[in-house]
Amino acid sequence: MKRQSSFPLAVPNPPRRRFVQGLATGGVLLGLSAWSAPGWAQNSGLAGPKVPVLRGTEFDLTISEMPANFTGNPRIATAINGSIPAPTLRWREGDEVTIRVTNKLSVASSIHWHGIILPFQMDGVPGLSFAGIQPGETFTYRFKVEQSGTYWYHSHSAFQEMTGMYGAIVVEPTGGETLRADREHVIVLSDWTDEDPMRVFSKLKTQSDYYNYNQPTVMSFFQDASRDGFKAAVDKRKMWNQMRMSPTDLADLSASTMTFLMNGTTPSGNWTGLFRPGEKVRLRFINGSSNTFYDVRIPGLKLTVVQADGVNVEPVTVDEFRFGAGETYDVVVTPTDDAYTVYAQSMDRTGYARGTLAVREGLTATVPALDKPEWLSMADMMGAMGGMGGMSGMAGMNHGGSSGMNQQGSMQGMNHGGMAMDHSQHAMPGMTASNPLATPSTRARHARTEYGPSTDQRVDMARTNLDDPGIGLRNNGRRVLTLNDLHTTGGPLDPRGAEREVELHLTGNMERYTWSFDGLEFGQSTPVHLRFGERVRIILHNDTMMTHPMHLHGMWSELEQPDGRFQVRRHTIPVQPAQRISFLVTADAMGRWAWHCHLLFHMDAGMFREVVVS
Amino acid sequence: MTIRLNRLAFLAVMLSAAPAWSQTQGGSPDHAQHQQGVPTSTPPAKKAMDNSMPGMDHSNMTMPGTSTPAKSDSMPGMDHGSMNHGNMDSKPKSTQPEAMPGMAGMDHGDMNAQGGPAPADARDPHGYSGGYTLDKGPYTTPGTPRLRLADEHKFATVLIDRLERGYGRNNNDTVYDGQAWFGTAYDRLVIKAEGDVARGKLQEARTELLWGHAIATFWDVQAGVRHDSGTGPERTWLAFGVQGLAPYWFEVDAAAYIGENGRTAARLEAEYEMLLTQKLILQPRIEINYYGKSDPALEIGSGLSSGVVGLRLRYEINRQFAPYIGVERVSKFGNTANLARADGALTNETRWVAGVRIWF
Repeated sequence: MKRQSSFPLAVPNPPRRRFVQGLATGGVLLGLSAWSAPGWAQNSGLAGPKVPVLRGTEFDLTISEMPANFTGNPRIATAINGSIPAPTLRWREGDEVTIRVTNKLSVASSIHWHGIILPFQMDGVPGLSFAGIQPGETFTYRFKVEQSGTYWYHSHSAFQEMTGMYGAIVVEPTGGETLRADREHVIVLSDWTDEDPMRVFSKLKTQSDYYNYNQPTVMSFFQDASRDGFKAAVDKRKMWNQMRMSPTDLADLSASTMTFLMNGTTPSGNWTGLFRPGEKVRLRFINGSSNTFYDVRIPGLKLTVVQADGVNVEPVTVDEFRFGAGETYDVVVTPTDDAYTVYAQSMDRTGYARGTLAVREGLTATVPALDKPEWLSMADMMGAMGGMGGMSGMAGMNHGGSSGMNQQGSMQGMNHGGMAMDHSQHAMPGMTASNPLATPSTRARHARTEYGPSTDQRVDMARTNLDDPGIGLRNNGRRVLTLNDLHTTGGPLDPRGAEREVELHLTGNMERYTWSFDGLEFGQSTPVHLRFGERVRIILHNDTMMTHPMHLHGMWSELEQPDGRFQVRRHTIPVQPAQRISFLVTADAMGRWAWHCHLLFHMDAGMFREVVVS
Repeated sequence: MTIRLNRLAFLAVMLSAAPAWSQTQGGSPDHAQHQQGVPTSTPPAKKAMDNSMPGMDHSNMTMPGTSTPAKSDSMPGMDHGSMNHGNMDSKPKSTQPEAMPGMAGMDHGDMNAQGGPAPADARDPHGYSGGYTLDKGPYTTPGTPRLRLADEHKFATVLIDRLERGYGRNNNDTVYDGQAWFGTAYDRLVIKAEGDVARGKLQEARTELLWGHAIATFWDVQAGVRHDSGTGPERTWLAFGVQGLAPYWFEVDAAAYIGENGRTAARLEAEYEMLLTQKLILQPRIEINYYGKSDPALEIGSGLSSGVVGLRLRYEINRQFAPYIGVERVSKFGNTANLARADGALTNETRWVAGVRIWF
């Protein structure tokens, strides 16, 4: 299914497979008119575009419209230096970089340096850090690079990121790389729609399940009833239907409009990264998508995760990891065969991005089938209370690697069975007595604005465990990375504990397609004020049934365990449905900063706050 | 007596023709195909109708999903007796403790995950602002317009729910029934239009211009004017109503009207979408009309005047374009039926329909 026009009459339904896989040679067509002869046909044989690399301390970037063709339909993309992804910028820690960005669009634009610590005027959020880059103008960004690792950059204006404005940043540490690898590849995952993003957004405002073709049906009811019995099939549906919530609302945008890209290349285009057998290869994965969570694996290879969001972590070896828009992971692999598929299926299991690691161009390896989409579980809907219903999916909550906390604490008399819940810190004498801020609070404090039309549910007893890989990955037979596996080497940046606690809830109303903090969309909100220099604990309590990659600009988010132990330093933290997480922030960056869900549509719908540090 | 019989007939039609509602006990495998959307263990529709029988109080004939006392309060449009809509705005708020109390197998006591009044100690969402606003605070640069996201944009949609050709025993006609809105998620201008054209002439049409305001997660209140036109004299009304989504995904549109010369009216429309597959959708639909006062010029008698029970099967070529076929039973009741009979017209008619559902 593909819908490209607002008026859908007479639009044929080409085979779906074509849209999952895309054109073999789709991408940006340099120097070709989008509306002339199909330029992609002339390029057959190319394994997709090569992404340029720019090095040094002085950069010139130009934003302009570009013809692009990923699906067979010529479209206009927004590109930086005529490339999707944008050129990879290679910086060195300690350098002062100067980037002159010229806007050749007919509308204002901007570039945000995602995860980079810099003065707020350089952060690139129109209306907060600066006025944006007007058509024809050149804005000069200049700042000192004070970190190393894998980052990325993208437009922060309208939906330009979704139409092609994203690229990688690789910062080499002072004194050279400490992680030894024989070679490396940057892998930018993104997504593309042939539709006008604003039109897509508008459709969701009218019908929020527009792109969901995995909805429960009478047929699926029969299947459940014949397998599990009639009553079980009824019970499985009862609460969802009562609450008017969809158990298959895993992604607002599915492959029915999205084409999933790896380094700007469609699955059938097969981006290929070369290696010699036996080499240690570092893969810098960046989720530069607008709206897609990817589950990434390379069948036949173990992935040793060495960095998360550009920050070194104690190496942990897994088969698979999930990451949302804005997150980055560096992994090291040691391939020995000729070819491996790099496979990134979307969280809703409607499509995938795919490429190949190979000893030479032109090789392929088996491409796995998509996993079956799962229903959200009661834990996703109700957090820690979800274990009581005997509903589907709960088996997945029993994970081996729990936090090591005492699990059988005094849960106010509630017996949650074997669930890995970390509410038990009330029961640990000595920890809370001396300093009430030693551990994050667990009691949900809903805002008064969460009781109106802007929210479709509230979670009273959220789950706080970090060891859930999430819907679709539980007990899938593979070792899947969780937040619980990530430990930043060297501990927190700031040894101080929290001086105060800020609790905010992630909220939304799927039926109206509104997204917000505390039930207030950005337009009705007020800033979150942090005092300069303070160490503050921020609690994000997810009252929705979707996972939100929450990105705080300008300052690091130091995730902690439910018992207050430091876990991992991130710039983008995925918060699962009905989960409550906490992280510490040192407010050491004066200015106005953005804080939002990095799913672009959630951000634009209003799940966005201004943070003022003064 | 004929009135009663007609009403009974109408109810019988409802029970037999609307499959999603006709299901009885959740434990009966015979009704398995209806469970997709209505997997309750009680027969809400039947219960609602049973309740409605003794006193012929059709205010309970609202919606299966609204058969609890709190829910029927949410249907001010069905409050026929008094037409006292002075408290419209406050009434639907009583729908707030929605959904959760009935959670079978979920023994969570007072859990309340949707709606409801905010407790007195609810957190202040501006409590962290330090007095700053989006426009006023440190580091704001004069002349820089503040960031505006899509929550402050306005959107518009036109939905033509039914554009169909109907084939009855004595006459064929073309019917349109649509709704357009312009605004935000919470406040919008709404236009509703329904009418039928036969023998090349607009026979009767209802057009409403309303302001809609969100009052609960799934509910909007609407107020405005309604104008009736067609072959008969024109009528204009003040309109008040609620529109939204009842538990179990029933789409409900209920309204009450006050016209000139003491005329009053009420209207209820409800639809349900049963996904047979991802694209093949069975849609039961009911419509009930009530008039407080006879209007002989329009062949309307006081009381419950007419009802429609329909079933449409549509195929979504895509979300925005779906052809359908269907059948519906149109009935006149009470004094209206008497007027029709006196006129030699039918009081009950089966219409076969073919049409298309479009939105853009």
